[in-house]
Amino acid sequence: MGALLRIEDLSVHFPVRKGLLQRQVAEVRAVESVTLSLNRGEAFGLVGESGCGKTTLARTVLRLVDPTSGAIWFDGKNVSALKGKALAPYRKQVAAIFQDPFSSLNPRMTAGQILSEVLHVHRYEGNIRDRVAELLSICGLAPRFADLYPHEMSGGQRQRVGIARALALDPELIVCDEAVSALDVSIQAQIINLLEELRVKFGLTYLFIGHDLSVVRHLCDRLAVMYLGRIMETGTSEELFGSPRHPYTKALIDAVPAPDPDGEGMREHVALAGEIPSPLNPPSGCVFHTRCPIAMDQCRTNVPPLTQLGGHHAAACFALENVRAPNPTKTSKGDLQ
Amino acid sequence: MPLLEIDNLTVSLFQDGTETPLVRDVSYSIEPGETLALVGESGSGKSVSSLAVMGLLSKALRVTSGTIKFDGRDLLSLSAEEMRKLRGRDISMVFQEPMTSLNPVRSIGAQIMESIEENLGLTRAQARARAIDLLKEVGVADAEQRIKQYPHHFSGGMRQRVMIAIALAADPKLIIADEPTTALDVTIQAQILDLMARICRDHGTALILITHNLGIVARYAQRVNVMYGGRIVESGAARAIYNAPRHPYTEGLLRSVPRLDQDRSIPLKPIQGSPADPFASISGCRFHPRCPYAAQVCRTEVPLFKDGLACHFPLSANTREAV
Repeated sequence: MGALLRIEDLSVHFPVRKGLLQRQVAEVRAVESVTLSLNRGEAFGLVGESGCGKTTLARTVLRLVDPTSGAIWFDGKNVSALKGKALAPYRKQVAAIFQDPFSSLNPRMTAGQILSEVLHVHRYEGNIRDRVAELLSICGLAPRFADLYPHEMSGGQRQRVGIARALALDPELIVCDEAVSALDVSIQAQIINLLEELRVKFGLTYLFIGHDLSVVRHLCDRLAVMYLGRIMETGTSEELFGSPRHPYTKALIDAVPAPDPDGEGMREHVALAGEIPSPLNPPSGCVFHTRCPIAMDQCRTNVPPLTQLGGHHAAACFALENVRAPNPTKTSKGDLQ
Repeated sequence: MPLLEIDNLTVSLFQDGTETPLVRDVSYSIEPGETLALVGESGSGKSVSSLAVMGLLSKALRVTSGTIKFDGRDLLSLSAEEMRKLRGRDISMVFQEPMTSLNPVRSIGAQIMESIEENLGLTRAQARARAIDLLKEVGVADAEQRIKQYPHHFSGGMRQRVMIAIALAADPKLIIADEPTTALDVTIQAQILDLMARICRDHGTALILITHNLGIVARYAQRVNVMYGGRIVESGAARAIYNAPRHPYTEGLLRSVPRLDQDRSIPLKPIQGSPADPFASISGCRFHPRCPYAAQVCRTEVPLFKDGLACHFPLSANTREAV
C-alpha cells in the first residue's frame, strides 16, 4: 500500500495582468510549497476557508490548472508536465465530483446520455447501456433515471448522477470538491454514506475538499488544514481534532457550533478576530500571524516550517515548542499528550 | 404578552390558476428579547413565513388565512404605507447574501443613513454621527472613513456587519435573520453570530434566526420551531428538543449530521427520500413517505399541532431506543 498520489513542493501562482500591454502587475499565490501524499484506498481531506487554495490544489491535481513549480506523482509517474494526449490515461484514473450538480451536469442531456458520453469519449469496450444501468444502480438510482433530465431530479438525485459519472471509468482517485455542501441536511447524510460505501466497495482513494469540518472529519482518515495557500497542520482525524496544535486549527474547530445546547452552554468559545487577508497580498512571515492570538515577533518575518510531531501529525507554527528553529526531521518528545 | 403572535397562518402560491400552500397552518409566538430559531430544509416554509411577517411577500404569494399580531397590532390589516413605516423601525430583516441586499452604487454611509433618517427623523449630521456609531458597534474599524466606501470595498463578513448596522439603525424590537451566515466562512460566521447575540442582548431585541444548521441553533437559540413541508412539526426549548426529540423528523435531522463532539465512527442515519415537494400532493402527514414509523393513520390524517408537536405517534424514551 504505497502512496497513490504524491504532491511535492507544489506551488500555483496566477499572474494578475493590467493595461493595454497586459503587463503582469501582481501575482496571486494560490498554493505555496504544498507537500502531501495520499495512500491507496484512503480518504484524505483538505479543509480551509475561502481563498485558502484548496480548490486550486484540487484543480491542479485534476490537471485543469498548470502548476508553477513542484511535482505531482501519480502511481509512480510524474503527471505534472504531461500535456494533451499524454494526459488521457491519467484522466481515466482520476475523476471529480463537484459541489453543484446542477451546473456540472449538462441540462440538455438525460442522465443516460451524460453517463454514456464519458464512456464513449474514453472508448469504453463493454456494452455501454449495461454499464449505464449498472452505474445508476450502484448510486442508488432506479433504471428510469436514465431518461430523466437534471431539472427533473432533486438535488440529491443529481449528485448521485454526478457520482455515477465519476465512477464510470473505474477511476482510482476521485477528487470531491465540496461534494455535499449544497445539499439539504438529510440528503447530505445519504450522499456521505454513499461515498463511504463506494470507497470501501471499489477500493477508491478520495481527495475530499470541504469547508465543513464535521463532514470532513467524518469521512476522512487524514486531513490537512490550509490557510492562504499553505498547509498549517496535517495529521489523522484523531490527531487533528483530538489534539490540534496550530492556533488556526484550534480556532477553526472552536468556530463550529455543536448540535448540543448543553455542551454549547458550557463551552466558552472565542471567535477568531479579523478577516482572511487577500491572497494577492499575503502577510509576511507566517501567513496566519495577522489573526493569530499568540503571534510573536519572528512570526512576522519568518515562515514557520512544517514540523513533525510524531505519527502523521505535523504543524507549521513557531509556538509549538517555543524554540526558535525547530528541527523539521526530529520528532518532538514529551508534548504530545 | 408576546411581541409577535402568529396564528394559523397559511400562505399560498397562486400560479397558472392553481393554489399551492407553502406555509400551512403555522402558529407560534416570540417574547421580547428572546431568540427563536426556525429550522428546516428547502421548501419547509421557514423563509416564506417570515416574509409574511415583514409584509414582503411577492405578488404571487398571498396570506390565505390566519393572523399576525405584532405588539398588539394586526399586521395583516395594515395598509402598505403603515407596513412600510413599521419595517425598519419595529421589525427589520437581515438576509443571507449581503451583496444582493446592498445597493452597489450607493455608499455604505448613505444606505445606513437612509434608514436612520427615514425612521428616526434626525438631521443629516445627526444621522451621520449615528451611522458611524452603528458601524463601530458592529465592529467595522475606521468607521469615519469606511462610511464613504461602497459595498464592493467590503468583504462578505464586513458587508454582513453593515446589514446588521442597517437593521439596528432604528433600534427595532424584532430582527428576522434569514440564513445570515450561510454564505460566510466558519470563523467569520462565528464572529457575526456572536455579534448578533451580543447586540440582541444589549438592546433587548428579539431575534428570529432562520437556519438549516443545527449547531447554530444549539449555540444561539433558546427555543426552536422545526418546520417540514410548510408546517411546524415540533416546537419547544432547544435543550428539550435536542436531548429528547419527539417528532421522527427532528430525530432524523439530528442523526443526519456528523458531529465534532462525537466519535467519528458513529454512522450517520440519513432520512430516506427527499424533502417534501410543495407542489406534490401528499395526503395525511407530509412527512409520512419518509418516516420510518409511519402507520395507516399517518397516510390519511393530518396530525394536529398540539403541545408543541404534530405527530400521530410521538417518540418516547422507549421508541427512540428501539431504533
